[in-house]
Amino acid sequence: MADGAVPRFWREIPQRYNLIGNQCGSCSKIYFPPRESCPYCRRKSMGKMKVLKLKGQGEVLTYSIIYNAPEHFERQTPYPIAIIKLDEGPKVTAQIVDCKLDDVKIGMRVQSTFRKIHEDGYIGAIYYGYKFKPIEVK
Amino acid sequence: MMRDVAIIGIGVTKFGELWDKSFRNLMAEAGSKALFDSGISGSELDALYVGSMSTGRFIGQEHIGALVADWSGFAHMHIPAIRVESACASGGLAVRQGYFSVASGMNDVVVVGGVEKMTDVVGDEATDTLATGLDQEWEAFFGATFPGIYAMIATRHMYDYGTTREQLAKVAVKNHANGALNPYAQFKRAIPLEKVLNSPMTAYPLTMLDCSPVSDGAAAVVLCAADKAKNYTDKPVKIIGTGQASDTLALHGRREICTFDSTVYAGKKAYEQAKLQPKDIDVAEVHDCFTIAEILAIEDLGFVKKGEGGKAIDEKITTLDGKTPVNTSGGLKAKGHPVGATGVAQIAEIVMQLRGDAGERQVKDAKIGLTHNVGAVGASCVVHILEAI
Repeated sequence: MADGAVPRFWREIPQRYNLIGNQCGSCSKIYFPPRESCPYCRRKSMGKMKVLKLKGQGEVLTYSIIYNAPEHFERQTPYPIAIIKLDEGPKVTAQIVDCKLDDVKIGMRVQSTFRKIHEDGYIGAIYYGYKFKPIEVK
Repeated sequence: MMRDVAIIGIGVTKFGELWDKSFRNLMAEAGSKALFDSGISGSELDALYVGSMSTGRFIGQEHIGALVADWSGFAHMHIPAIRVESACASGGLAVRQGYFSVASGMNDVVVVGGVEKMTDVVGDEATDTLATGLDQEWEAFFGATFPGIYAMIATRHMYDYGTTREQLAKVAVKNHANGALNPYAQFKRAIPLEKVLNSPMTAYPLTMLDCSPVSDGAAAVVLCAADKAKNYTDKPVKIIGTGQASDTLALHGRREICTFDSTVYAGKKAYEQAKLQPKDIDVAEVHDCFTIAEILAIEDLGFVKKGEGGKAIDEKITTLDGKTPVNTSGGLKAKGHPVGATGVAQIAEIVMQLRGDAGERQVKDAKIGLTHNVGAVGASCVVHILEAI
């Protein structure tokens, strides 16, 4: 998942940097990443998909700790990866950071944070995007 | 009107790290074994189908239909040759396409192969290539690995249903015990529970021995119109049900983490066509690319209730002498998982069981068998139900 032409990554910047999704103008369902049309409303949604920025808060539905990773992620192992259900509805797969491995739990509240994801070696592009960190419960 | 289709020949190569065999050697070996087993002559073949996942990355070769036809000796006959891809379900899907072509009346006899040559690449290339079955932009980009995604299903299954690490490991123990009885298996040895539990962690909660291996291998079957099958063999096996379904590419897009709806829907279609229920299945080959995948499969295919897959392992429901023996071949776990070959090899194993040719791992009085082949993490699934006639 790397060493591609820059536009492949550049075109996803709004989603990966700022969690820009969209909402169906017909049934109000929210999508992330944004979709061309709503899978449920189909033609009724054409031209009615509205851009929507997600707040980046949600809950961990499940997780794993990755010990064997591809080359681009090797230096980060072991690291937690999780499926997060965002408060607006969509679910995403992302790393959990700023948290001890043992403290990652199903049901924990998390907030998105802008981080470096990986890089194409020493001279290649550096890829950024979202990871999630625990929300302090007071 | 669709007509009935029977399997009249099967052929498999040994699975494993086969350094002295090339992609084309493997496919030609399995194909010629299947043709020999069926008793047909090459000139009777109407078409060739082949399932393979990623030859472009594994051996730097595409145009696989023509390549396989050529190296199987059919180039001068100019038969249609079709390559089918659906990640790890490529083989099962190739069988389904071959089935359609015969059922439709367009072809009378076709050969369907499945093949993957995974050890011609080095380093991480094999596992990275398998991961291309995931959503590259929205899963893999963020650091999710193929075992990692299945591991997330396991974590949630443990949380929702109390499934344990030991129950997961027992799937590997069972399948290795079966693999020890299969001359074609990559790992022909039983392993103790402690060895699975104490092997290095790949992606918590899955250890290295919860994962299927990187393998080379090929399998092939010959399909024929059922009313002509007895001209070639005394022991034809009929395909009485076939189902296929898809789902979101990314696991996070699903309604539910611990259910593969693609399995549920593909199974439902196959059961309906066969006019059978899960309890009627005598033997099954399911897609155990990871131990948790077998637990999910036996639940989603209806052998046990949702959440009881772990308990089923404890109760030995799926062992060779259990109520529904699962993965008598050793499964992907011990037989090996050359991805494109897997779905076809599953059919070959069930045919052996229904013919009564499975030797030491024979299930007594097996009349009806099921195969279940999954693409990546359940974004596609193919189910077949077979019956001895």
